[in-house]
Amino acid sequence: MKTYKQVFSELKEQNSTALIPFFVIGDPDFDTSLAVIKASIDAGADVLELGIPFSDPIADGPTIQKADIRALRAGMNIAKALELIRQVKQYKDIPIGLLMYYNLVYQYGVEKFFNDFHEAGVNSVLIADLSIDDAEEVTGPAASAGLDTVFMVTPVTAPERMKLAASKTTGFIYTVSVLGVTGSRDKLSDMVEGLIGKLKGLTDVPVCVGFGISTPEHAAAVAKAGADGVIIGSKIVGLIEKNLGDTEKIIAEISSLLSDIKKAL
Amino acid sequence: MKHRGRFGDYGGFYVPEVLIPVLEELEDAFYRFYEDPQFVAELADLSKNYAGRPSPLYYAKRFSEHVGFNVYLKREDLLHGGAHKVNNTLGQGLLAKYMGKTKLIAETGAGQHGLATAMIGALFGMETKIFMGFTDIERQSVNVHKMKLCGAQVIGVEGGTGTLKDAINDALRYWTAHVTDTFYLFGSACGPHPYPTIVKHFQSCIGKETRQQCIERIGRLPDMVVACVGGGSNAIGIFSGFYDDKNVRLIGVEAGGRSLSEGKHAATLVAGRVGILHGAKAYLLQDAEGQVDETESVSAGLDYPAVGPEHCLLKDTGRAEYVAAEDEDVLDVFELLSKTEGILPALESAHALAYLVSLKGKIDPQQVAIVNLSGRGDKDVSIVEKHRPLMND
Repeated sequence: MKTYKQVFSELKEQNSTALIPFFVIGDPDFDTSLAVIKASIDAGADVLELGIPFSDPIADGPTIQKADIRALRAGMNIAKALELIRQVKQYKDIPIGLLMYYNLVYQYGVEKFFNDFHEAGVNSVLIADLSIDDAEEVTGPAASAGLDTVFMVTPVTAPERMKLAASKTTGFIYTVSVLGVTGSRDKLSDMVEGLIGKLKGLTDVPVCVGFGISTPEHAAAVAKAGADGVIIGSKIVGLIEKNLGDTEKIIAEISSLLSDIKKAL
Repeated sequence: MKHRGRFGDYGGFYVPEVLIPVLEELEDAFYRFYEDPQFVAELADLSKNYAGRPSPLYYAKRFSEHVGFNVYLKREDLLHGGAHKVNNTLGQGLLAKYMGKTKLIAETGAGQHGLATAMIGALFGMETKIFMGFTDIERQSVNVHKMKLCGAQVIGVEGGTGTLKDAINDALRYWTAHVTDTFYLFGSACGPHPYPTIVKHFQSCIGKETRQQCIERIGRLPDMVVACVGGGSNAIGIFSGFYDDKNVRLIGVEAGGRSLSEGKHAATLVAGRVGILHGAKAYLLQDAEGQVDETESVSAGLDYPAVGPEHCLLKDTGRAEYVAAEDEDVLDVFELLSKTEGILPALESAHALAYLVSLKGKIDPQQVAIVNLSGRGDKDVSIVEKHRPLMND
């Protein structure tokens, strides 16, 4: 199974930055979701960030929230998410990070969740509403399942806490570039460059930046500031919403955007 | 965080990383000011002269005759704004002022907390935004208008069923993007640490007053204290005055909704299982995989799938008991209290009264029950009218 380490060191040699698209698993339905994810791999994705839909996604803006609702209405659940991930991994061995809300992991059983998803091909599980203070609730089971850890850092995270997050990270640091929930924004936050610099001074683990990146220009600026990866979420999930019912168009528009961003990295 | 914010294993702060610094700031400010003499004096003055504390403990004679035992009502409904919510909004509003925050946000279900926050926004001259689900905006339109009159902006929330849960989701999202200048004035004793502790502290005046008033009035403690439970702030406020009085039964009444047996309800402690929502580990109404259930109740204030973490611990230790009252019984008792006492109870508080009616003929006539009449029912008149049209006579 391809690891984060392999991907990030390969890219470093090429002097390039990882392209990491985010999708809600099963949005808008199982088959379309699988086809779109495969297309994103063809368009140059280096790592995938995937979320299992949750009824109350408080860290997400309206675009991802609506995607969660679409996926849930189409019958997405844990078993089908496992199946979709297996099929993605059959298509290509690409590292996958899961982005979760804690209740779904908790109800499934933390250990069983990590074991089953690692077996399906997942490299890490980031829980959006589990802070590093309570990380011990999951770090043990994550390590014994063979998963890497990913933690979030934001523009308001204190330096001491950044160090703590970095020390517990084996995968990459998910850097939130703006204050707020997920959502594409016209302008990239001024905070992000300083934040990447600060993190780079603290740690050697890869730093990936998400929240609010929607254009090749944003991605290029983030890469130039030293990021090891850019995470594109709401922008492409919004393209699914915009073209609902027309899978070909969804795939064409997402592929074209991701290719453009890949070129800019 | 300096404290873990746990009640047993319940509570905690399960929030996105971006909210941690602002919760730390809030925790720090609360522990710095809550016993500060100037803060305490200012809050005491406002509680008395603005809100109208202490609230009376009233012997409901004709209602007592109807149920066959002694019922006293703690009249939180007589406070400014018409509910106990003002105790908490004055406390947290003052905290916001001491912290130098200039903007308030709040969620609301029935509109009572939204109104109490809008009042305090006006009182302290702070810009106020209230998040409220569209279903609730429709069924509590009078309160929406009152909030606007107090200068607050009411923001309609679409997601989910358009109720309290969805309002909290969006208030949290807004707060995430505006952490630097905005104070989130949380309305119930739930959500992430330090809110359950803060809200309990500012509502604990209800229990302290009630205990003292009861002893002064009848020379002994009550046999039971009954309160409705949505998130659980009025209940934790009155229960906390009696924790050490082991012979006083504490009974929380949840929303049994249209039907407890058919799953059309909001009775979290009665029918839920432990999960994580809105920053806390607590009992939760959810499906097998952990997707949060849609709830149903005639009372917007109790229409919530989670519950305060301290109530979860009180349930597990057996210190408090939790039951549910269904909508039809709640509507019956709304009429009953109005007819026997000339007091219109909030539909939320009417749940507690409905439980007493269910005890009719089953307990000793000498027993004394105190009900926290947490709010007045004026806001609910149109809902009651819809369910129970008045006959021409």
